[in-house]
Parts: sequence; structure tokens; C-alpha cells
Amino acid sequence: MIPAWIVEYAALLGRGLQTSITLLLFASAFGFLLAVLVALARISKNKVIAKASLFYTSVFRGTPLLIQIYIFYYGLGSLFAQFPLIRGSFLWPYLRDGYWYIVFALVLSVGAYVGEVIRGGLLAVPKGEMEAASAFGMTPRQSLLRVRLPRAMRLLLPTLAGETVMLLKSTALASTIAVIDLLGAANVVRAQTLQVYQPLLLVAGVYVCLTFLIEALFAFAERRGTPLRRAV
Amino acid sequence: MPAMFELIDFSEQGWGSALLKGLWMTLQISAGAFVVGLFIGLVVACLKLNAPKPIAALMRGYTTLFRAVPELLLILLLYYVGSMLLNSLMARMGYGAMDVSGPLAAILVLGLVQGAYASEIFRAAIQAIPFGQIEAARAFGQSGFGLFRRVTLPIMAPYAMAGMANLWINLIKDSALISVVGTNELLYTAKQGAGSTRHYLLFYLTAAAMYYVVTLVSNYLSGRLERRTRRWMPLAE
Repeated sequence: MIPAWIVEYAALLGRGLQTSITLLLFASAFGFLLAVLVALARISKNKVIAKASLFYTSVFRGTPLLIQIYIFYYGLGSLFAQFPLIRGSFLWPYLRDGYWYIVFALVLSVGAYVGEVIRGGLLAVPKGEMEAASAFGMTPRQSLLRVRLPRAMRLLLPTLAGETVMLLKSTALASTIAVIDLLGAANVVRAQTLQVYQPLLLVAGVYVCLTFLIEALFAFAERRGTPLRRAV
Repeated sequence: MPAMFELIDFSEQGWGSALLKGLWMTLQISAGAFVVGLFIGLVVACLKLNAPKPIAALMRGYTTLFRAVPELLLILLLYYVGSMLLNSLMARMGYGAMDVSGPLAAILVLGLVQGAYASEIFRAAIQAIPFGQIEAARAFGQSGFGLFRRVTLPIMAPYAMAGMANLWINLIKDSALISVVGTNELLYTAKQGAGSTRHYLLFYLTAAAMYYVVTLVSNYLSGRLERRTRRWMPLAE
């Protein structure tokens, strides 16, 4: 029943899936940290910091991700290659591999897109709760980490689910710089078996399944609530 | 350093005019896809709301699929499947194979993706119309397309504006993906320039700056248009 090429290339496709998922995990974890910093910078009282972060989000949201990836991979990559010092260093094997450029580009992109989202969430937390937190003697940092951020996250869960699906779709751009992710694996199979579109249909199905999985996970998190909420 | 910038000026060897031509192609493709997406979005939104159940379910399936699969994958898929179907059709009709690569195919592919997103925006906007307005229009003897054009469309426009403006910006950015299948739009031209002169950073940064200007201008214009479509609405909102 299962076409022969799926069996033959199952290992390759599996590795591609693994690459796509690790890209998603790396980019969402580091991107989220960056996004929180960007959001805090956006609402900072320091004008320079706020302006700089506004400029960053505007540029990264205003240009295609694909061109950002090209700038990092071909632009910076060819720049790095000119310096013997970098070529000789222990970092070079990583700097030659498209994988880390994709992670870098995705993290910066998530930082910009999700940063805007988190900024909205932080502004939506009622002022009284922040005042209550400081009345309890929390330092600004404690009240941010214990009250403001968790509250904002709860408000933002549905939006973050959408952003994560967007990120999953963005990981497919890895295939454009010769990283064998899910789509890259499908392209390898296409080239080797001369099948025009069947491998693409297969991985499209996998992407749909992954999307449903992400949405189910976020729906689960939303139902369960944050740990803070449950303790009450 | 300054010698490097001669590569993107408008002299005979410079890539300046080629890049501008690429930008023009990008804008044409985006505008075309936007119109296609607008049309598909409106039709699909109406079908989702009014059509018999199986058709409405089919339309929901179209939206879900096209929003869950990466745009790059959809573009590859629609290109190859589309060209294959077209060529087998042409062969059956006794014509030779046809080359599908080109702006028209790009417009259709991006338009299909765009339509999926637009249909959700329109569905929400149509549902935001107070039903009394539609009833009032019916009471005045309007029905069918006339009602849609005179009442539904103008009332829903402000609700849909912000979403459609976002879609337009997304579309410009997505149009860069078309370069992967070899349509000579902005990114493709930049890629050629970068490849032949080996100044990758220069060309990609220039192209990125051009995209950025387009999004900034679009943001400004859509803000003005949004205020204009909202002008009849109560200020309280």
C-alpha cells in the first residue's frame, strides 16, 4: 500500500522532520527570551532604548524573512570566510553550516514579531495588580517575573499559538540554504526519484499534522492555566 | 568602498535599473495577487456563511490547509502540480508543452494563499455587521448581489480594513518566495546581482531596504485609507 519511495527514504524524511522540530524548538525558546527583552525595551522609559527597539521590530517585520536569511547566510557567511582568523577558529564548522544561520535568523524574526505581541500583553495587565505586587514588597524585577509576565502570558496564549504556527511555517525556509529540513528532505527525494510533487504532498500533510499538534498543545495549556492560577 | 556602490548605480554596468525593474515586478505580482485574493476571499467568505453544509465545509478545509502549510511549500506544490496539469491538458488538446514560470503563475499561486487568509477576515467582518442593517435593506426591497454591493460591502469594509492592510504587507514579503521558482522579481534580481558580482551583502541589503520602503509607504497609505473607510463610524469606538 505504502509507495516504495516512502519506505526507501523514510530515514531521510525522519531526519528532516527532526531538523524542522529542533529548529522550531531552538527558535521559539531563544526567540521568546529575545521577545521579552524587546517588549521590555519597547515600553522602557529610556527614549533611546525604546526607539532602538521600535526600529528593530519595524525593520525585521518590514522585510521578507527569506532576504534576512540570505543576508546572514550569504552576506555574513561570505564575510566570515574572508578572515583566516575565523576560518581557523573552532567556531568555523558551525559558521559554515546553514543550520545555525537559520536558527539565528528565526530567533531575530521571532524576537521582532512576538516582541510586539508581548508588549501588547504587558500593557494589558491591569495597573492595580502591579501596584498590589509592589505593596507586597516585591522589587520591580520580582513583580515583573511573578505577576506581570505570567499574567501577560495567560492573556496571550491564543496569539502565541498562532505565532508558533507561523514559526513552524518559517522553518521551511531552511531548505533554501541547503539545510535538509522536512521540505529539504522532500526536495532531495524529488531530485532522486524524479517524482514531481508526491513528496511535497506528503510533507504538506506532515506540516498540517504538526500545526494541529501545536494548536492542541496550546489549547491544553490554556485549559490547564498557569501554575500560579492553580495554586489559588 | 565607494567603488563597490557603483555596482548598484544606474550606469551601464550598474544593477540599479535592474533592481528597480525587479521591484516593479514585485509590486505588479503583489497587486495582482491581492486582487485575486480579494475576489477568492469574498467568494469563499460568502460560501462559508451561506452555502449548503458540504460546500461550507469544503471552504473551511481550503482555509485550514492553506494556512497550515508553509507558503514556500505551497508555491512549489502549486507550481509543479499546476504546470503538470496544464501541460497534460495542453497535450490532450494537441498543443505542445507550455512554460508556466512567470508572473501570471506567481499571481495565481500567491492569490490562492492570500484568498485563504482574506476569507477569514471577510467572514469575521460580515459577521460583525449588525443584522438589523441587512433586515432594513431587505425591507427596502433589496436582495442578492445588489444588497451585497450596496449594504454588506460598505458596512463591512472598516472591519476588514486593518486585516487586509496586514495581508498586503504579508503578501509583499511572501512575494519574495516566488524567487525560488525563478520569476524575475526583486529578490531574484538581487540574487543574480549578488551571484555575478560576489557582493552578497551589498545586494541583499539594498533589496531589503527597497522592501522596507515599500512596507513603510504601505503602512502610511493604509493608515490613511483606514481613516477614510471609518469616517462614517461613530467616534466612540
